Amino acid sequence: MKFTLSWLKDHLETHASVPGIVDAMTMAGLEVEAVIDPATKLKAFTVAKIVEAVQHPNADRLRVCQVDTIDGRKEIVCGAPNARAGLTTVYAPIGAYVPGLGVTLVEKPVRGVVSNGMMCSAKELEVAEESEGILELDDSLAVGTPAAEALAQEAVIDFEVTPNRPDWLGVAGIARDLAAAGVGRLKDLSVKPVAGSFPCPIRIEIKAADACPMFAGRVIRGVKNGPSPEWLQQRLKAIGLRPINALVDVTNLISYDRCRPLHVYDVDLLVGKTIQARLGHANAAHAADGHASEHLLALDGKTYAIAKDMCVIADAGGERPVGLGGVMGGESTGCSESTTTVFVESAWFDPIRTAQTSRTTGITSDAAYRFARGVDPGFVVDGLELATQLILQLCGGEASQVGVAGAPPAPLEPLAFDPAYVHRLSGLSIAREGVLEILTKLGFKAEGHGATLTITPPTWRRDIDGKADLVEEVARIAGFDNLPSTPLPEVPYPTGGVLTPRQARARAARRALAAFGFQEAVSWSFTARKTAELFGGGTDALVLSNPIAAELDCMRPSILPNLIEAAGRNANRGFDDAALFEIGPVFAGDRPNDQRTAVTAIIASHPARTWDKSGAEDVFAIKGQLMTLLEELGAPTASLQVAQGSASSWWHPGRSARLQLGPKAVLAEFGQMHPAMLKALDVEGPVYAFELWLEAVPEPKKKATKSRPAWRGSALMPLSRDFAFVVPQDLAAGDLVRAVQGADKALIAAVRVFDLYQGPGVPEGSKSLALEAAIQPSDQTLTDKDIEALSAKIVAAAEKIGAKLRG
Amino acid sequence: MTDLSTLEAELSAQVGAAADLAALDAVRVAALGKTGSISNLLKSLGSMSPDERKTAGPAINGLRDRVAALINERKTGLEAKALEAQLQAERVDLTLPAPARRKGSVHPTMQVFDELVAIFAEMGFAVAEGPDIEDDFHNFTALNFPPKHPAREMHDTFFFNPRKTETGEDGERMLLRTHTSPVQVRTMVSQKPPIRIIAPGRTYRKDSDQTHTPMFHQIEGLVIDRDIHMGHLKWTLQTLVARFFETGSVTARFRPHHFPFTEPSAEMDIQCDRSGGELKIGQGSDWLEILGCGMVHPNVLRHCGIDPDEYQGFAFGLGVDRLAMLKYGVPDLRDMFAGDVRWLAHYGFSAFTAPNPASGLS
Repeated sequence: MKFTLSWLKDHLETHASVPGIVDAMTMAGLEVEAVIDPATKLKAFTVAKIVEAVQHPNADRLRVCQVDTIDGRKEIVCGAPNARAGLTTVYAPIGAYVPGLGVTLVEKPVRGVVSNGMMCSAKELEVAEESEGILELDDSLAVGTPAAEALAQEAVIDFEVTPNRPDWLGVAGIARDLAAAGVGRLKDLSVKPVAGSFPCPIRIEIKAADACPMFAGRVIRGVKNGPSPEWLQQRLKAIGLRPINALVDVTNLISYDRCRPLHVYDVDLLVGKTIQARLGHANAAHAADGHASEHLLALDGKTYAIAKDMCVIADAGGERPVGLGGVMGGESTGCSESTTTVFVESAWFDPIRTAQTSRTTGITSDAAYRFARGVDPGFVVDGLELATQLILQLCGGEASQVGVAGAPPAPLEPLAFDPAYVHRLSGLSIAREGVLEILTKLGFKAEGHGATLTITPPTWRRDIDGKADLVEEVARIAGFDNLPSTPLPEVPYPTGGVLTPRQARARAARRALAAFGFQEAVSWSFTARKTAELFGGGTDALVLSNPIAAELDCMRPSILPNLIEAAGRNANRGFDDAALFEIGPVFAGDRPNDQRTAVTAIIASHPARTWDKSGAEDVFAIKGQLMTLLEELGAPTASLQVAQGSASSWWHPGRSARLQLGPKAVLAEFGQMHPAMLKALDVEGPVYAFELWLEAVPEPKKKATKSRPAWRGSALMPLSRDFAFVVPQDLAAGDLVRAVQGADKALIAAVRVFDLYQGPGVPEGSKSLALEAAIQPSDQTLTDKDIEALSAKIVAAAEKIGAKLRG
Repeated sequence: MTDLSTLEAELSAQVGAAADLAALDAVRVAALGKTGSISNLLKSLGSMSPDERKTAGPAINGLRDRVAALINERKTGLEAKALEAQLQAERVDLTLPAPARRKGSVHPTMQVFDELVAIFAEMGFAVAEGPDIEDDFHNFTALNFPPKHPAREMHDTFFFNPRKTETGEDGERMLLRTHTSPVQVRTMVSQKPPIRIIAPGRTYRKDSDQTHTPMFHQIEGLVIDRDIHMGHLKWTLQTLVARFFETGSVTARFRPHHFPFTEPSAEMDIQCDRSGGELKIGQGSDWLEILGCGMVHPNVLRHCGIDPDEYQGFAFGLGVDRLAMLKYGVPDLRDMFAGDVRWLAHYGFSAFTAPNPASGLS
């Protein structure tokens, strides 16, 4: 919403400057977005008079002028045909930046004559789009007068209107709030009715009271339409509106002045003597296949299909659409310079229906914008009277009586209000009288005594929905600067921190992975549907109906594709060595429980060559990091099964596994990504990765204290024994380790694989695995016999799963 | 006795000539070994007369002790020399690079999340979370957005396709939450006041330019109790910005605003300086909007089963990515989500700088 200071002063008696107004607006809740002040742009330009203009000695089209300027008499070369002695115009000194030309003036000879400045056209000052010759100003203007003043260029204030305050879409509404905020005195906003001298010849009918509860109108005959006067054109142009003709300009003026959109019809172009507000015709033949049965050629020159839930203004006995109520009028009945009889419409259209029509048709008119937010239902007839006054004043003519159909929507219920609630909710200390004064200035009516007031909101404040709204009114006018700053009451400090175990784990995982050398990325929660399908997702329920881009149309089933694609983008930029991780949501469905938190890390390992030939990471690097991470997170790593070959299809089948406590308790998948999948994502492999689901990591048992079990360090030396077993090639080393470990759980502290061998000396189809068993005696030193017995148990346990001690 | 002197001189010469430990040991064996020259002399003492033994004994023993000492001394010297040689041989060029260690980092948005959690944890706020895919009730209706109200339009919501009902008609339409306020709703529905939470998380709006991305992060706060008023809100947020920006003092102002879910509603600006193309917080004469807040609308409390005549409180919400951009000078929001390893290295944080009150937030 834009307005100028002079316009505001029509309704507000004030001496405040533009910055003062802007501050007051901001602190009253009218968020100023910009102040466009032509005076800033035109600062260097002033009024000057040409004293003498003679032909340039070396150029036919140029004149050498002697000009009286703010800087004294100057010789200026000018090419404008209207540069003549006696002309009052605008002067730009050397060094001035001319906005319309985009140049800064420098002193240089023009065909041998030095020009000491420039005289400007309206276009060069950007006060008009087109101009011929230099400006011709009123001779009464004194030399040196600022150009902005001479050209009546005013500062324009642009501010954001929140959806609850349609009354701010009229300058008068802004004035009311500023007056309440103490910036000035509100002038009388009341409108004097214009008596009609004949009955309204157009009958107004409402056929859809919920779409258009009230419709007022009158005819003015004998008008002379044409360009509106300079002051009106200037006012509209200042806020970026294009003057059209007096009748239309009056409606635009009142729309911006009072937030009262109006429409004018050329009566001679109306068919019949009735104007009707109804819904779109649902023609059975058309409605079935969804096609509209009616169309409107609107004032913007475009044809719109009329749906059956739109509010239509129709003539010809209700048959012909001549407008979309509250949105846009039709071209067939629009007012032009030849209009002599006009019908002025002032109606109240339902906000939600208007907003829907505006959305469906894509029409964003000033009227629709206002009706969608809810204009003042108490100003329907007043708006019509105000328009009548202006039309009679500008175009002459004779007004009919006012015709009204329907009634304004029911007013809001009065509210019971205790002024002490202002303090209770806001903390502000304002006396009862202060509360009442603010409310009254804003147009509220207060009745009653003490703590039992009844407050009636003004008709233009349909946003008032309860007593908290009244507190807001009082608080914002009293000023949020005056709010106290009150420390929150102390609460018992949460023992054990404020994070849930899962949140704490996400935090630990983040720090751990960063410490391991992964860079944390944050990628979109969405991906392309076809990518989601590659990773087990892409179901209908997770596809967006209005994605921002086709490749971001589906919620991700996994973070893997996002990170792999990020690695691909980095590689395309020449950085193909990346270790990335992300902790974030993945989606299996659209219910709250379908969302899990994944911790995902990838290594696209392409390290630079090194002198010591230390190579790239492999799949065991990622396994190591995953296992360390799980340990950090307190997962029961000792009980985890490495289920190789059962990871999802996007993994390398021979180099991937699930980490699980059981088939239904899968904590993570890890391994090397499937080359076919990398190809589909257009990323060069190998890529190693893991994805871990935090929800699947069992939470540790809650304990009453933080105390740990007592530590017992054995005084006895640990010892170790090595075993080499020949096993079938497909026997998992992990199974052999577990078997050996299980031979004597008390004595065997750890089992480590220290060699894996295949080749000469080992039968075809077999492999040799060498293990070291770390033995920790607990009570007494082991004798040779004890150790022999333990070794026998280990060998026996290994033999049970098909291992033979290597001879 | 001449023999002994000669022998001693010979042995001394041999010890001195031994070039390494092996040669020295050979000398030792030849002199002091089982059949060594001195050992043999010692053995000969047994066949001597007592008188002879009286003079020869001390002489031979003296010879043995002196030779043994000489050998030991020489041994120490040779060992030192050998070690010296070994160390020389073991020299490496330490200007060669050590094996590369990957340098990881924490994303600035996540670092700022941790900073904010640290600040609010001190004030007793618990951390609540909720789903990213929401329904209309939790994202809009419960938050006092009337159906079809223009305020909904301002949210540029991402929608899913309507679910099909059993009869095959269009049913409920899920959406991506446009703010983390649904978490407030879920908390109020499931928990009795007093409530003091923050709700961090991903939020989504259909928007993309230098300062808008279709996904971004919010933290919202909610405090509900019997006597919580706007003054508490003001203190809480003033405390927040003062601690967060770590610049000593930050001037903040509250401006009235409108949100459907709060009444009264406000936005908070902080003072900043935009001169010279660089944004500096905590100085200058410009204002920068950083968050929206207000007293929870009575309708919202009612929707969540809380009696607004008994309880009241405040809520606020702020953009985490934007705060990270402001504090750490990130120019373009879109880069936050691009995963460029150079950007991550530049704007990322060390794993070991978890924000805490002792060493500071960042």
